[in-house]
Amino acid sequence: MPMAADEIAAMIRAGIPDATVEITDLAGDGDHYAARVVAPSFAGMPRVKQHQAVYATLGGRMGGVLHALQLTTAAQ
Amino acid sequence: MIDDANARIDALVKSNPVVLFMKGSPLFPQCGFSSRATAILQHLGVEFESVDVLQDQGIRQGIKAYSDWPTIPQLYVNGEFVGGSDIMMEMYESGELAQLFEGTKAAS
Repeated sequence: MPMAADEIAAMIRAGIPDATVEITDLAGDGDHYAARVVAPSFAGMPRVKQHQAVYATLGGRMGGVLHALQLTTAAQ
Repeated sequence: MIDDANARIDALVKSNPVVLFMKGSPLFPQCGFSSRATAILQHLGVEFESVDVLQDQGIRQGIKAYSDWPTIPQLYVNGEFVGGSDIMMEMYESGELAQLFEGTKAAS
């Protein structure tokens, strides 16, 4: 069961309250997304930690029901 | 079984300067993200060891816990986890990845 874009964005925002989240459905199939997550709280964090923080909000869905999420993160 | 996979992953990561855990081989990648990761390394002219996780279920599951990273591919340089294909692409575009490998060559 693929995830809806709104559901992904809501989970990220719930876990990272200061995040601005943009989701793009890459293939229009509800299964291949790109996400850009901008959060001031990322300032000073290495990229790997920023991505891990986003994956953590998805509670294990990444790599499971959510196969393809191209992720870009930034502090601003 | 998991400990065994973990020990094998650790040995692979520590005995090779550049290792890519991927789905398929550099010649026949089995996933778009692994294909992209391979293309970046080849474009930079980096020699790397590749590990096909589809051939080894222990490593396929173990690598996710090893780095606390849920997806494949995963790149390791000098024993350190660098990131997945998105981070590789960002670092490639910013020139950081080329810098990282210059450091590797200088060190060896």
